[in-house]
Amino acid sequence: MSIQEFVAPHSLSEAKGLLSDGAMASVLAGGTDLLVGVRLGTRSPERVVDLKHIPELTAIHVDAESVRIGAAASAFSILHDSDVPSCFPGLAEALDLIGSTQIQGRCSAGGNLCNASPAADSIPALIANDAQCLITGPAGDHQMRVEDFVLGPGKNALKEGELLVALILPRPSSQTADAYLRLTPRTEMDIAVAGVGVSLTLDGEGTCTAARVSIGAVAPTALLVEAAGAALVGTQLDATAIEAAVAATREAACPISDKRGTAEYRTHVVGVLVARAVAQAQARIVETSS
Amino acid sequence: MNAYQEFSIIGSRPVRPDGLDKVTGRARYGADLNMQGQIYGHIVRSPHAHAVIQSIDCSQALAMEGVLAVMTGEDLPEPGDSVLGSGEGAIALKDLSPMVMSRGKVLFHSQGVAAVAATSPELASQAAALIEVSYQVLPAVTDMHEALSAEAPILHEDRFPDGFPEEPTNLAAHISLEVGEPDAAFESADVVIEQTYSVPMCHQGYIEPHACVARVDAAGRVDLWCSTQGHFTVAQYTAALTGIDVGKVKVTASEIGGGFGGKTTVYLEPVAVVLAQKAGRPVKMIMDRGDVFRVTGPAPGAQTRVKLGAMRDGQLVAAEVECVMDTGAYNGNPAGIPAFMATACYKLTNARSTGRAVYTNKPKIHAYRAPSVPQVTLGVELAMTELAAELEMDPLAFRLKNAVEEGDANMMGAPYNRIGLRECLEVASAHAHYKAPVAEGEGRGVAAGYWINAGLQSSATLNVLSDGHLSILTGSPDIGGSRASMALMAAEVLGIPFDHIHPQIAATDAVGHCDVTGGSRTTLATGQAVIQAAEQCVAEMCRRAAAEWEVEAGVVTWSQGAAHYGEHSLTFEALARRAGTMGGPLTFSSSLTASSAAPSFGVHICDAKVDQETGRTTITRYTVIQDAGKAIHPAYVEGQMQGGAAQGIGWALNEEYLYDENGALENPGFLDYRIPVASDLPFIDTVIVEVPNPLHPFGVKGVGEVPIVPPMPAVAEAVYRSAGVRMRDMPLNPPKIVAALQER
Ligand SMILES: Cc1cc2nc3c(=O)[nH]c(=O)nc-3n(C[C@H](O)[C@H](O)[C@H](O)COP(=O)(O)OP(=O)(O)OC[C@H]3O[C@@H](n4cnc5c(N)ncnc54)[C@H](O)[C@@H]3O)c2cc1C
Repeated sequence: MSIQEFVAPHSLSEAKGLLSDGAMASVLAGGTDLLVGVRLGTRSPERVVDLKHIPELTAIHVDAESVRIGAAASAFSILHDSDVPSCFPGLAEALDLIGSTQIQGRCSAGGNLCNASPAADSIPALIANDAQCLITGPAGDHQMRVEDFVLGPGKNALKEGELLVALILPRPSSQTADAYLRLTPRTEMDIAVAGVGVSLTLDGEGTCTAARVSIGAVAPTALLVEAAGAALVGTQLDATAIEAAVAATREAACPISDKRGTAEYRTHVVGVLVARAVAQAQARIVETSS
Repeated sequence: MNAYQEFSIIGSRPVRPDGLDKVTGRARYGADLNMQGQIYGHIVRSPHAHAVIQSIDCSQALAMEGVLAVMTGEDLPEPGDSVLGSGEGAIALKDLSPMVMSRGKVLFHSQGVAAVAATSPELASQAAALIEVSYQVLPAVTDMHEALSAEAPILHEDRFPDGFPEEPTNLAAHISLEVGEPDAAFESADVVIEQTYSVPMCHQGYIEPHACVARVDAAGRVDLWCSTQGHFTVAQYTAALTGIDVGKVKVTASEIGGGFGGKTTVYLEPVAVVLAQKAGRPVKMIMDRGDVFRVTGPAPGAQTRVKLGAMRDGQLVAAEVECVMDTGAYNGNPAGIPAFMATACYKLTNARSTGRAVYTNKPKIHAYRAPSVPQVTLGVELAMTELAAELEMDPLAFRLKNAVEEGDANMMGAPYNRIGLRECLEVASAHAHYKAPVAEGEGRGVAAGYWINAGLQSSATLNVLSDGHLSILTGSPDIGGSRASMALMAAEVLGIPFDHIHPQIAATDAVGHCDVTGGSRTTLATGQAVIQAAEQCVAEMCRRAAAEWEVEAGVVTWSQGAAHYGEHSLTFEALARRAGTMGGPLTFSSSLTASSAAPSFGVHICDAKVDQETGRTTITRYTVIQDAGKAIHPAYVEGQMQGGAAQGIGWALNEEYLYDENGALENPGFLDYRIPVASDLPFIDTVIVEVPNPLHPFGVKGVGEVPIVPPMPAVAEAVYRSAGVRMRDMPLNPPKIVAALQER
């Protein structure tokens, strides 16, 4: 069945209606996954619901406590927001790695998350920043952590008729910073062989007081590696602590061998990226507090 | 001695005449033409890599509303033993026909088995799904070494390589050459090294997929439009494959978005023609990207064993090269080239070389830029570098000591004319890149390369327009800026402005025969036809001026775009405007089989940095030095040098065909078939060396292919120097480098 209907609602309630009247509907943010899927024949919605004309879904709102990124806000608009890139340089790096300038003009963080690819770049960065998903649907609104949202390759926790409205991230203090690194054979237009998002908080003495480490492309879903974070907390991020975090990460990784890399290589390299991402996040905090 | 020694416009860098249309999106490529009433073809492809076709039932598809024609391999004539073309370009119809549509048996995954034409692309693809094909699946073999083992399934029960007629094997060809006494020479050598190197099968990676549209009129005449490197070849191949008289086939070449050798044959065209014939409507076909990778001819994977012997002073005394090449399911004739050309850069009086081709369940290989030479050169050049290290000699000095020059013969027997390898090596040795210290953590590699270059047939027609402008018609599709070069050459001979000249690619019925734009031949051979036609124009204009002035034609001279005698002069424009009253329209044609081709040599310098933890390689600096004979348009010569280097770097680092256990290609797209993107490469520096080709009036040599020859060994050496581990099997991708580092 090919697409029969294309609708671009202007309000969330309208959109919800279009998703719950029984039609085989797919929502479209940037369409950079959905349209590729339609072309490949892996997706065949009857109705496509475009989200980009719904203000709540494209808005970016920053206040003292939190940063709220509309699910359909384009990577370009996030990257050019006055606050988001300085609050979350790592998340910005992740979004800036997606495709090319042309792709970034369309694609969204919400689409990257809902598409639930194991190799999606922004997911580890969102998990590292403790992001929450704001979901709306026939049963009302609720929130869920990003690490619980992705259930498997291409599978997310949204129920029939539900929609991701926004991503909500706690606003970091000046003693907190994130970083995202991925390994691809090419410099760009490539897909992660491994990806790592890290967020660290240091006290005035440089002791790590909080750490979240998330890894992508080395398991069916992006993972929060709590043991890696725990290995860093309470330390000065010395070589022993980093080694322990690297070991914990490699322990947590359970990659497959495929055309993009062997399991051995992915396990090895995800550890290398953790060490580098921790060093980068640490350097960012030192830089802003000096 | 070249007929032209001094140039006024040759060597300048005007903007190409086709540039504006290309950057504004007006240029028409293969998929851009639509014919009135056209319908759409779709090919049914085999889900198996090796199978007997038991039956094909098209009845359900044909019964579908909107379906106008179906075809199978039975609609093409039996190939028999006929051969198309001659010499290097010869190809047996039985190796060509099944690449268009199989009959009886499929020998590689996604091979075409049937086709359907319907009123929309969607209908055609739905109808294709209704064609029922039943297969008896056979075991497949995609690895060429396994294909040679006793247990391997045999692809062709009826083929025996020359000299091995006992029983069928998957050996497609075996060629052995020897000069002097290599065994005795190895005995006498102070140092002997022997190593084995390998390169995977890879694709040309042209951006524009194959596309065509064909119409067959009531009289059976074919009008075909397609993206190709040679529309005369398309006409010849399509006619032979469909059984239509070649005189009834007109082909127009679209603009072309890359070919690199891959568009010197046909895939869709005969299918579109047969479907159009059956349906009575024009048929358009566009291959999707996945099929471009799965079913068109890639470059052969190869394994090369190289043994070299030298004296302590750096004198090479013996070489032995044995190259095994994967030809895919049919014979693409890859074995001869490595046998003949492996050691072409070096003076060797004692050498043995062997080339072998092996059948595997993969698409038949096809030409890719300097076909088969990059593969064997990886081995020979890396072995040269390894041997230089053993001799504690500078790798360029070692090459210079042994480099061929005028009068030396290679394995092909004939001595070289004036060539430019020594000059390239000297320029490389003195280059700022080579003199600069290697940066901390980086490595540097150098390599030389050779390519024979083709001459072949070309034609050109010049029409002087009434306003003094000139149109040039050739039959050589313009891939790398050749229209600009044709205009420059005509401008040089005629002395008229470059922008008064309008070069065009004419259809097969509008200009004399031209062989493909390939073999680095177009600027040389088609250019020579343009030069000759322009010279005829000068002679005729001088004759007309002489008649006007009532003097002997011989006393009139031509310079700066005008005929002169004493006080008299008549400009090109004046002669053009008055053509009607001075003898009629001024039209000149020249056709030739070029015997002026001369080989090219290049030397590359590569700096690379390997990340010891991730195994990622960054090329930090790259310089290409190449003998161009005479660079007609230097910017487009540099473009060829840079493009060849970019493709070679991609092959060295990441490009590779990956097959699963069922013989299906795992990476049929640019996401996982990783050609380099712009940010993967440094600016590629170029130095054009000009050692004029004495056989060509302007001194031109082919430049398009040799730049893909040296990159693999140059990159491999740079990676070795940076990483500290020697790897001889391409590609040098991050997992492989990390595995090698961990093994150390
Ligand atoms: C050339 C190219 C390069 C790419 N490179 C990268 C890369 O480097 N890294 C990377 O991670 N990805 C990459 N991608 C994939 C893609 O661009 C990203 O995943 C992108 O973030 C998807 O966002 P989108 O807005 O375009 O999603 P869409 O295609 O609009 O949607 C994706 C999926 O999520 C669903 N969806 C979207 N929004 C919502 C919502 N609010 N609620 C519920 N469901 C929703 C859609 O129905 C669909 O199933 C690339 C894609 C292309 C074409």
